[in-house]
Amino acid sequence: MTNEAILLGLAGVLTTAAPLIFAVVGETISERGGVINLSINGTVLLTAMGGFAVSVSTGSLLWGFVAGMVIGALVALIVAFGSVTLKQNQVAIGFVLALVCRDLAYFIGNPYMGLEGLRLPSLDIPLLGDIPIIGTLFFNHDLMTYLSYLIIPAAWVWIFRTRPGLVLQGIGEKPAAAFVRGSNVRRLRYLYTVLGGAIIGLSGPIYSLSVKAGWKGTISGLDGLGWIALAITIFGGWNPIRAALGVYLFAFLQWLGLVLQPSLPGVPSQVLQVAPFPLMIMTLLLVNIGNTEWVTRTLAVLPAPLRRFFNRLLRAMRASPPAALGTPFESE
Amino acid sequence: MHLLFIKQMNINLNQICKHFGKLQANDHISLLIPGGTIQGILGENGAGKSTLMKILSGFIQADEGEVILDGVQVRIHSPADAIQHGVGMLHQDPLDFPPMRVIDNFVLGQSGGLFPDWKSVVDEFKQLSEQFDFKLRHDAYVDMLTVGERQQLEILRLLWLGAQVIILDEPTTGISALQKQKLFETLKILAGRGKTVIFVSHKLEDVENLCDRVVVLRQGKLVGEQLKPFNTKNLVNMMFGKSIALEESKSHSTDRIAFELRDLSLEEERIQIQNIDLKIQAGEVIGLAGMEGSGQRPFMQACAGFLRPVHGRILVNGRDMTGMNYPAFKRQGVGYMPASRLEEGMIPGLTLSEHFILAGQQEGLFIDHDQWQEVTREKIRDYNIRGKPESPVESLSGGNQQRALLALLQQPLKLVLLEHPTRGLDIESVIYTWGKLKERCCDGAAIIYTSSDLEEILLYSDRILVFFSGKVSAPLSARGTSVAQLGNLIGGKDWARIKTGVGVTA
Ligand SMILES: Nc1ncnc2c1ncn2[C@@H]1O[C@H](COP(=O)(O)OP(=O)(O)OP(=O)(O)O)[C@@H](O)[C@H]1O
Ligand SMILES: [Mg+2]
Repeated sequence: MTNEAILLGLAGVLTTAAPLIFAVVGETISERGGVINLSINGTVLLTAMGGFAVSVSTGSLLWGFVAGMVIGALVALIVAFGSVTLKQNQVAIGFVLALVCRDLAYFIGNPYMGLEGLRLPSLDIPLLGDIPIIGTLFFNHDLMTYLSYLIIPAAWVWIFRTRPGLVLQGIGEKPAAAFVRGSNVRRLRYLYTVLGGAIIGLSGPIYSLSVKAGWKGTISGLDGLGWIALAITIFGGWNPIRAALGVYLFAFLQWLGLVLQPSLPGVPSQVLQVAPFPLMIMTLLLVNIGNTEWVTRTLAVLPAPLRRFFNRLLRAMRASPPAALGTPFESE
Repeated sequence: MHLLFIKQMNINLNQICKHFGKLQANDHISLLIPGGTIQGILGENGAGKSTLMKILSGFIQADEGEVILDGVQVRIHSPADAIQHGVGMLHQDPLDFPPMRVIDNFVLGQSGGLFPDWKSVVDEFKQLSEQFDFKLRHDAYVDMLTVGERQQLEILRLLWLGAQVIILDEPTTGISALQKQKLFETLKILAGRGKTVIFVSHKLEDVENLCDRVVVLRQGKLVGEQLKPFNTKNLVNMMFGKSIALEESKSHSTDRIAFELRDLSLEEERIQIQNIDLKIQAGEVIGLAGMEGSGQRPFMQACAGFLRPVHGRILVNGRDMTGMNYPAFKRQGVGYMPASRLEEGMIPGLTLSEHFILAGQQEGLFIDHDQWQEVTREKIRDYNIRGKPESPVESLSGGNQQRALLALLQQPLKLVLLEHPTRGLDIESVIYTWGKLKERCCDGAAIIYTSSDLEEILLYSDRILVFFSGKVSAPLSARGTSVAQLGNLIGGKDWARIKTGVGVTA
């Protein structure tokens, strides 16, 4: 394999990761507010189909993406209504929606199967795109891939550095305390669930208008992406940057599996396809290691400044789910 | 000159009613609080004080009655409305966000631009906490703080927000005498500037020192009102319908060693404690005094098996328990009652009787609900808990949660570890509770407890350990120590005169 091919392959990893990035960031925002949007696997399929269908019918890529966001937001609205207003079990609602949306996508999408459609053009960034290696790797992609880079820090800054972001953390952590501080918990939960849904809704069109343009029904290879996104959201500790690193690691491992397959004829191809999953889990366990007692005790022998540094580092890496995740809020 | 422009807010609560099921928590309560005064609210546990305050601050809605601020009837549907009207409240149990940092908690809820100005916020926080002598680090995580420190954080936040009406529901349980003095000074200054302060407490002394006027609630009704100067006897009479006297507390200390620490060193993120030697006799009561966060909590946790010591041995009844976990300690007869009652002590959402089922011995797979109903009823009677077996624990008043927590401790025990056992209890219940605890001592249990109330420490302990930023004094005899001496030690003074660490058995 030439260096050039490896470089292009790695660059491809960034593009194929884009749908997952949006799905994971959207889910993270929703869950930070305390609402699990479990419908995500169905949403991704439905928006992939919907985005493609709309762009084929209107001849406009923009409308395709808008359709994705609208569909994602609407599905999330149902989740929000069921869990915030009706106070029903979020897991049950989301799971049913995941199945319904998937079947809807296959059913409504039938007429659009295999049609020739639009494809998001590549957009080289001037200057940056010309830098050797870096340019090929990061700046010879399409618009949505660039947006996928941007949405990660944007979401992180919003959640951890802005005033409304602190409130977002608050309503997912202890809604009663956020309520006491003057927040309208129900309205905010609606807002963030729908916003998260809209962001998730971009991941489908990115797939069907860019990564693997077109709609191929059940063989789109898209089914399951939503479940992976859910897992990465959790392992990412509800932190967009960590979750994004998880996504890239996952995409990279998948690519590695494909590349290595020809040179490892003895290994069944299924093993290489599945390998990214346990590897992901191992990595994320390592990241969360600061929670274990023996680590704390091992650290105790280090000199004080070093120990304090490690303690802080481990504490910063520690992740716990938003305490009120999945529970409705009763103000009385 | 500027006195003329002081804005004051008169609060008028008119015929407020609130019921929970059949229970009338507030029964036609009418109360007028002039602006610029400090209003005390007294009443036994479950009298309806918190309920009334929650109504005024919008956390819950009254069934009937009206709130009139400065002559204008207002509708307060949510805390957001209350904040709009300038009403802020400190809740009895801290309503904060444990996994977030202190400074995030501080800022959260404050209005302003998209990005808080972190630097100035941190500066203001430091300045404010220095003003009260609170030792809070702005970058610490709240789940590492003690309950008392979390209350301190909430006090600072509330004062910083600058509400016109400041409601404090039991703010003094987690702060030392000196800090309390500073807090009171500030509250008086604020009242002088026209703010209205409402102060709910069980400590008559605090109320008398701070407040201009006092009302007493009993079983949901307003039963009396007094202006300064107060008549203590009268107040007690109004609160309980009878007079109550403190009794001299007896010692049940025996010769048998129940618990021993040998050269114990502990370490936690914030604090290190070195070389404690201590022998505790069966029946003895050891009080831990010190400012919140001076090391009492890791000490307790080590004694209960939650925190492994980095050095030294722990012996329960002569058996070496070093390095074992809480279930092992529990089997040896060690019981632990944490301070954060709704987070570590009990499970919100479960009823009282479900708690007793969980705490009890399991026999067989299925639960005999009738039998446990009976057990629960007995405990409710025994510990005078105002609630029913089927009440969810979070619906109990603060003091009644505390009683339930005490009732949940298994029996018999060899060592009872209690963090702030009487936090939020009224005087009558404090006496009653200590009576119960001393019964355990009579049966040979040793008790180690923390309290921020020095008088309680001196009255009920046999010996006292003073904590100051990780330093631990040798045990002091409670008889030979005065409140003033203890106060100095807690503040870090006079340590040269006493021995540290190496404990001598009395
Ligand atoms: N959400 C609720 N559901 C049911 N009952 C409740 C609820 N909140 C309070 N109560 C009941 O109302 C009564 C008054 O409670 P409240 O919390 O006002 O008492 P309190 O005077 O603050 O007592 P304490 O000094 O113990 O804090 C109690 O008997 C309590 O059990
Ligand atoms: Mg109360």
